Amino acid sequence: MSDAAARPSDLSAQSQTHDPYRLGRRGGQGGGSDRRDATGRGEGGPASKRVTVAYGFWIFLLSDIVMFSGFFAAYAVLAGQTAGGPTGRELFEVRRVAIETACLLASSFTCGMGSVAAARRNMAWTQISLLVTGLLGFLFIVMEVQEFATMIGEGAGPQRSAFLSGFFALVGCHGLHVSVGLLWLGTMMAQIWVKGFTPPIQRRLLCFNLFWHALDIIWVALFTIVYLLGAGQ
Amino acid sequence: MSNAAESPDEDWDDSAPGEGQEAGSGVRTYVIGLALASLLTVASFGVGATHFLWAPAVPVALVVLAIAQMGIHLVFFLHVTTGPDNTNNVVALAFGVMVVVLVILGSIWIMGHLQHALMTPEQMMRMQR
Repeated sequence: MSDAAARPSDLSAQSQTHDPYRLGRRGGQGGGSDRRDATGRGEGGPASKRVTVAYGFWIFLLSDIVMFSGFFAAYAVLAGQTAGGPTGRELFEVRRVAIETACLLASSFTCGMGSVAAARRNMAWTQISLLVTGLLGFLFIVMEVQEFATMIGEGAGPQRSAFLSGFFALVGCHGLHVSVGLLWLGTMMAQIWVKGFTPPIQRRLLCFNLFWHALDIIWVALFTIVYLLGAGQ
Repeated sequence: MSNAAESPDEDWDDSAPGEGQEAGSGVRTYVIGLALASLLTVASFGVGATHFLWAPAVPVALVVLAIAQMGIHLVFFLHVTTGPDNTNNVVALAFGVMVVVLVILGSIWIMGHLQHALMTPEQMMRMQR
């Protein structure tokens, strides 16, 4: 605990001699008794729970993206196999996709605003930001379900061709992620409301932010590869 | 000790992914990110919808714009930087990107070859005639 008391002076000493990569540190790799020697790779003891939780969630997100890459690969391979059925050029409405994209991008932004407000422990702005995030996400889901219903109504359901199977699997999987995110968002808002900005709640909110931004990144790949390239061909 | 581990200023050398460096400039970072991402999105849809670019170059332009936008999202929304406190996050990301590239490009490559090597039933019928 004497360590913790000595930290403020350590901090100022660190900012005076700026050496972020610890190039000028004393001692070798193993001698991690001094906290200033910690490199973030085990020498200074375990990282705080906030870092380990968020890092673990980051690994999960990357594995989720790897799973999506399988769907993307399947779609890319099957995109031309329309079995005489409708092609993407005939089916996709770029207008609708543009609105969906705007919704998701704006919701990503408001989600970030929510995290800024939560860092400042501002309950009203956190809840408002998260509510707007949820509404934009819900609008996205509604438009996507509408699109799916229209396509299936026209006889272009997932059973029509390999292209459409790949399309529904890929876009549906993303939509499912957004739906789960909305459920998570709802419980998140309730938890913040009831429990306040405790460290566990802050960690969960950080993870939710990561999840929501990652979904937006996947959507960028999706609207480019599926809709814009598909509508152009 | 558990109390000390909860305090956010405990971490000297490691940032959680998604965590900004200083809370004060958080809003500005998100606004810049939103502006750049919007610009790239509009450019993507513009390239797709108009005949501004030479037609065969459109797919390449779209892919480049998408990769640029993903980079914008990573830097301004997920706060992945090249700083020393982000090394772990970046290494994990690099591994993820490698797997994604292998899966997608590998699948397209192999399946493209298979399609050249195998005949479709219609082609086979034509051969037999």
